[in-house]
Amino acid sequence: MRRWTGIVLATLAVGATAMGAAAQTSSKAGPSAAAAPAKITIWVGWSARELKEFKGVVSEYDAKHSDVQVKVVGSINDTKITNAIRSGNPPDVVSSFTSANVGIYCGTGAWIDLAPFLKKDHISLSQFPKTSLYYTQFKGKRCALPLLADSYGLYYNKTLFAKAGIKAPPKTFSQLLADAKKLTQRSGNKLDVVGYDPFWGFYSGNVADMTNYAPLIAGKYLDSKGKSILSKQFAWSKLLRWQKSFVDYYGYDNLVRFQANADEFSASNLFERGKIAMLMDGEWRVAFLKAEHPELKYATAPMPVDDAHAGLYGAGSVNGTIIGIPKGGKNVDQAWALVKYLTTNNHALARFSNGIRNVPSTRSSAKSKELKPDPRFATFIKIFNNKSSLTAPITAAGNANLSLISQFTVKYQAGKVKNLHSALKTLDKQIDAQNAQAGGGGPP
Amino acid sequence: MIDASAGAVSRPIARRRGRSRAAWRRRGLVLLLMGPWLAGFTIFFAYPIVWNAYLSFTHYNLLSPPKWIGLANYRYMLHDDPQMWPAVRNTLWLIAVLVPLQVVFALGVALMLARARAGVGVFRTIFYLPALAPPVAATLGFVYILNPATGPVNIILGHLGIHGPLWFQSPAWAKPSLVILGLWGIGNTMIIFLAAVLDVPRHLYESAELDGAGPFQRLRWVTLPTISPVILFSVVLGVIQALQYFTQAYVAANIASGQADQAGDTLNHLGYPLDSTLFYPVLIYQHGFAYFNMGYAAALAMVLLVVAFAVTLVIVLNSRRWVHYSGAVR
Repeated sequence: MRRWTGIVLATLAVGATAMGAAAQTSSKAGPSAAAAPAKITIWVGWSARELKEFKGVVSEYDAKHSDVQVKVVGSINDTKITNAIRSGNPPDVVSSFTSANVGIYCGTGAWIDLAPFLKKDHISLSQFPKTSLYYTQFKGKRCALPLLADSYGLYYNKTLFAKAGIKAPPKTFSQLLADAKKLTQRSGNKLDVVGYDPFWGFYSGNVADMTNYAPLIAGKYLDSKGKSILSKQFAWSKLLRWQKSFVDYYGYDNLVRFQANADEFSASNLFERGKIAMLMDGEWRVAFLKAEHPELKYATAPMPVDDAHAGLYGAGSVNGTIIGIPKGGKNVDQAWALVKYLTTNNHALARFSNGIRNVPSTRSSAKSKELKPDPRFATFIKIFNNKSSLTAPITAAGNANLSLISQFTVKYQAGKVKNLHSALKTLDKQIDAQNAQAGGGGPP
Repeated sequence: MIDASAGAVSRPIARRRGRSRAAWRRRGLVLLLMGPWLAGFTIFFAYPIVWNAYLSFTHYNLLSPPKWIGLANYRYMLHDDPQMWPAVRNTLWLIAVLVPLQVVFALGVALMLARARAGVGVFRTIFYLPALAPPVAATLGFVYILNPATGPVNIILGHLGIHGPLWFQSPAWAKPSLVILGLWGIGNTMIIFLAAVLDVPRHLYESAELDGAGPFQRLRWVTLPTISPVILFSVVLGVIQALQYFTQAYVAANIASGQADQAGDTLNHLGYPLDSTLFYPVLIYQHGFAYFNMGYAAALAMVLLVVAFAVTLVIVLNSRRWVHYSGAVR
């Protein structure tokens, strides 16, 4: 009996040891397998201070999600995104400042369709403003979501206004011109202070494709069939003539010389240095001014509008950063989870908006109590929500036809276009040809 | 019985077979030795050219598969592209102005250095040094120096009572500014000319002097004919480089425009100001990488290839009249 008892005990002991060892092994293997986080990479266009803010938002996401590890890469532009997608080795998530290129990304399938993900997670698109929904899709295919938004308004230097005896910001183009003349200071031909610099191509506000002026003149680029109507709409030629006469007031060469040493995204920005009294710019300038020239006394207002459309006052140009998942990404589910968080989480949007002072891109985050109040920034939220605000047209050609317009406007402002109307007609033809080609064949 | 005549016939056949085997071995060896070059040529030259030629007949946006559109890209290039002819004109301007100036300037410096008695090493180093500067850095430096508002050149001109030009910011001055940059960096050409000038046999000069030739006549009738193959080489190289002129124009346009955005997206400013620095390769780059219109960019590149080949051929054929090779029999 003792012998049998010994055998049973020995067997149990061996079994227990084996099971213990197995349990120990599995307790090691289990958590380590679960703990291996998926490494995902996100490419963004922000750099320097703004990139740091974005990394802060992502690090919060990282801390809350042990299953992923997010690597942020900044200073990315659309060429890099396209090349990465072509190479078959793209990052998991990409974002672009050039919302006009959504036509290419959605149209070609370079960014994958987000509709199935939105449906699966019951994400309602009604939480995004209508304009943002427009520039994140192409022909109904939604391959992007908005990640904060931009709107353009007027910044004005209160010190220079007081010196010139101007009490309120201008509301119409004629008031803008009159105030600009009062604010301008010259030494002979040399411009010391410019009231308002209308030069096409000068800083983001005066982007030469005229998109930021379109809502101020009720300008439309395309008709309902998608054909270019620049020559058919009087508003465009009126804007071009007004702008050229404004440039001529300063003198083309004088303005070029004045702008020659004035990087936009640094402390040498002419408005930040008090060299320009009024500037059309995006809401982000609020954060740049705080970081680079906190001593400047300034205020913000909507941009003045064409005298013939005074009712448009309060509207402005709107666009924003777009974010999506590139074709060929390896961790699509984790990528979607990150995109969803960045674009719909109120806290993430409010924190990022506070950091870089961009407009929150969902209706609920725009009302978040986390948003730091600032009346100068609030102006841009109002512009963004104005029903007459407009964004650039989205076409299959992406940014290419806006570039054609830019090439035209800078030529006109330099006095190289003799007959404006016939030149605009030629431009319409060129844009139509470009859109036709990008839409699928035929001559470019 | 052995047929003697059969043996007599088989010997030459065997000899012939042996020779042919040796010839094949020789050919095999040649092929083996040329193998690496052939592989490189096929992979990195022939295949890209053939593929590029195919793409030039397609609509290809880099993201979807190429779609065959026949000659549409070439038709658009010749009839509709508003930037094609300005780019061609700018490139021809560069060939007509920059290349001769570079050759003359480099030759002039080389002739002076060849005659220098003291500090030869120092002068050679000083004139060669700019060639070591990376093109991007050199261009950045020139845009800064020639800044119309704050650049030292215009400040000095201002002190002299001269209203300096807008340099890279002016459509009229942007290309001349690039020419100044090009002349500053002639170190490589200058060194080749210097070597050629120093290699001219002394006895030719002595003979010319005995015949009463002065310095200009010695240059005209001795130096130039002797170094003419080097001049031809420099001209051909200069023309090809001008046809491929890109980096300096790209950097100068973007920096001078002051419009590079935060993400470094500089593509909307190519050719600044007013397409004056839009050279043909810049146009190719713009269509390929800014507009994602690679099919059309491929068509532009094919035309460039053909033009570069034709221009080089014309120069080489024409050179028979003025290039002298020592020991060559006409």
